Amino acid sequence: MSETNGTQEIIICRDVHKWFDHFHVLKGISLTVQKGEVIVIFGPSGSGKSTFIRCLNRLEEHQKGQIIVDGIELGNDIRNVEKIRQEVGMVFQQFNLFPHLTVIQNITLAPAWVRRTPKEQSHELAMQLLKRVGIPEQADKYPAQLSGGQQQRVAIARALAMQPRIMLFDEPTSALDPEMIKEVLDVMIELAKTGMTIVAVTHEMGFARAVANRMIFFDKGEIVEQGTPQQIFNDPQNDRTKLFLSQILHH
Amino acid sequence: MAVVAVKPPVLSIGPLAWIRKNLFSTWYNVGLTLLAIWLLYALLKPAIQWGATEARWGVIEANLTLFMVGQYPRSQIGRVWLTVFVLAGLIGLSWGVWKNAARGFALIALSAGAAFTLIALLYRWDVWTQWLIAEAILLIFYFIGLYLPRGALMAGLAWFLYFPFIFLVIAGSKYIAALPPVPSNLWGGLLLTLLLTVVGNFGALPLGILLALGRRSRLPVIRYFSIGYIELVRGVPLITILYMSAILLPYFLPIDMRPEQVIRAMIGLLMFEAAYQAENVRGGLQAVDRGQYEAAHALGLNGSQTTILIILPQALRMVIPALFNSFISLFKDTSLVALIGLFEIVRIARSILAQTEWLGTHREVFLFAFMIYWVFNLALTYGNRRVEEALGVGKR
Repeated sequence: MSETNGTQEIIICRDVHKWFDHFHVLKGISLTVQKGEVIVIFGPSGSGKSTFIRCLNRLEEHQKGQIIVDGIELGNDIRNVEKIRQEVGMVFQQFNLFPHLTVIQNITLAPAWVRRTPKEQSHELAMQLLKRVGIPEQADKYPAQLSGGQQQRVAIARALAMQPRIMLFDEPTSALDPEMIKEVLDVMIELAKTGMTIVAVTHEMGFARAVANRMIFFDKGEIVEQGTPQQIFNDPQNDRTKLFLSQILHH
Repeated sequence: MAVVAVKPPVLSIGPLAWIRKNLFSTWYNVGLTLLAIWLLYALLKPAIQWGATEARWGVIEANLTLFMVGQYPRSQIGRVWLTVFVLAGLIGLSWGVWKNAARGFALIALSAGAAFTLIALLYRWDVWTQWLIAEAILLIFYFIGLYLPRGALMAGLAWFLYFPFIFLVIAGSKYIAALPPVPSNLWGGLLLTLLLTVVGNFGALPLGILLALGRRSRLPVIRYFSIGYIELVRGVPLITILYMSAILLPYFLPIDMRPEQVIRAMIGLLMFEAAYQAENVRGGLQAVDRGQYEAAHALGLNGSQTTILIILPQALRMVIPALFNSFISLFKDTSLVALIGLFEIVRIARSILAQTEWLGTHREVFLFAFMIYWVFNLALTYGNRRVEEALGVGKR
């Protein structure tokens, strides 16, 4: 699916380190993501996978190494950071919708204030996105009036409204009731098929099998193993990968 | 399978059944109820007897204008009415524009206006026309508010302009022939109390918000200034701040820049209240989830956009109960300015007692002062509850 633009490197990480106080969370992560690639990061909790994905839009700062997103290096220059954040959408485990705004206001807020999109245009785009995630009828409700699955779909629409070049998903289905996971995954799969570059931290192996180009196994702050879903599921090389997969697939 | 809708059981009962169930259910409940009724009667009988026969309520009627506006020139009282009319218009406008959130206050204003009209008619005071006009203005602006384009913006702007407007009208200006200056030492009574409350509260809120944000700032200079200010002001009683602003402030300023006593009191109240509201707002800021900052940043909003569009609206909504609590506190605390020589309600009450024809009417006069405070705060509390309900405080 990435033949047309498969040669363009959109995220480059070189030897990224991060510490929380004295705890070494990321121990030299090097990773390159091609435009249009769908990457699934998985691993035990505390392995640093969420911290890593949050470094990609600088919600966390890395202390050593280099992260280059869409040609711009992430550093202390706040202008660069804001520029990158406009190009990188993020979906959180806890949805983090703005509770004081309606669904449509949640979606149009950033385009209006950051991109200065005219009101009618951003409203129209928001309605298109709500149709795409399947809940146009909820536009004027407040987030608290929606189910978890609906809230997460609004969060995806909100991120897409900035027309980002990359989407980051940080355990998007972990806080959902089981019957709502599918509705969110369906939206993500549809998004992946449109050629969006996606980096997702998730344990939804069905999603990985369906659309991932590459799976990356994190453990103890390092990339232990990576490969296509086929390689990872059928022929994992590392013992830790094998153990972890056996734990999450056989329960 | 047919779905049968089961209705919830009806639990509400009529007042007679309620009385029987709660007051006369057993022989000892009957006894307790009768005892309580007798106690109430015994306690209240002297008070009611006094109020109905002995009390000289004429002192209130004779000094009503003094209670309301102090020594404000009687020829200029139309200006006070003007501010009341504009207020009525604003309340009506807000009701039309914001509907539920403002309905509580609008209903209070309407019923208060109706009550005042009736009382004035009953006692044959000629101010009933003014109250009726205020009622009419409120209703007219309600309908205007319903159909006003960009209503929220207009109403917000109108409220914002209302506060300087009151000052212009009450204080007057030597450049406006229709509004000759009235020196502030003549302002008094309820008028002064309300002016102090309004300035203290609404002037302090923006300052309090800035201090609260400053206290969480990453810049040490701003953070330590905010902390220092808040802790200094919270650490001393209001009365000392009032004495400071009344007595010490003039020493630091050149003679022609020394503000009048009322302005000094306002500055003192405002500085005091800002520290408390800063702490209220800080409570709200801390209660906003970290994920809200992250979501806003992830969308590319910058720091000030995040604060103004995302964090503050949520923080302020959470602290509405605390803010109203401070409002009510300050409203009552304005009585302390009597001690620096201003004629607010309590001092007016004491000055009335010095009138030779009304000697010995302490109870009547202070009961009336008591009622003014209580009725205003009752209205404020009711309005607050309706605002909270309309905004879903504690629910969303």
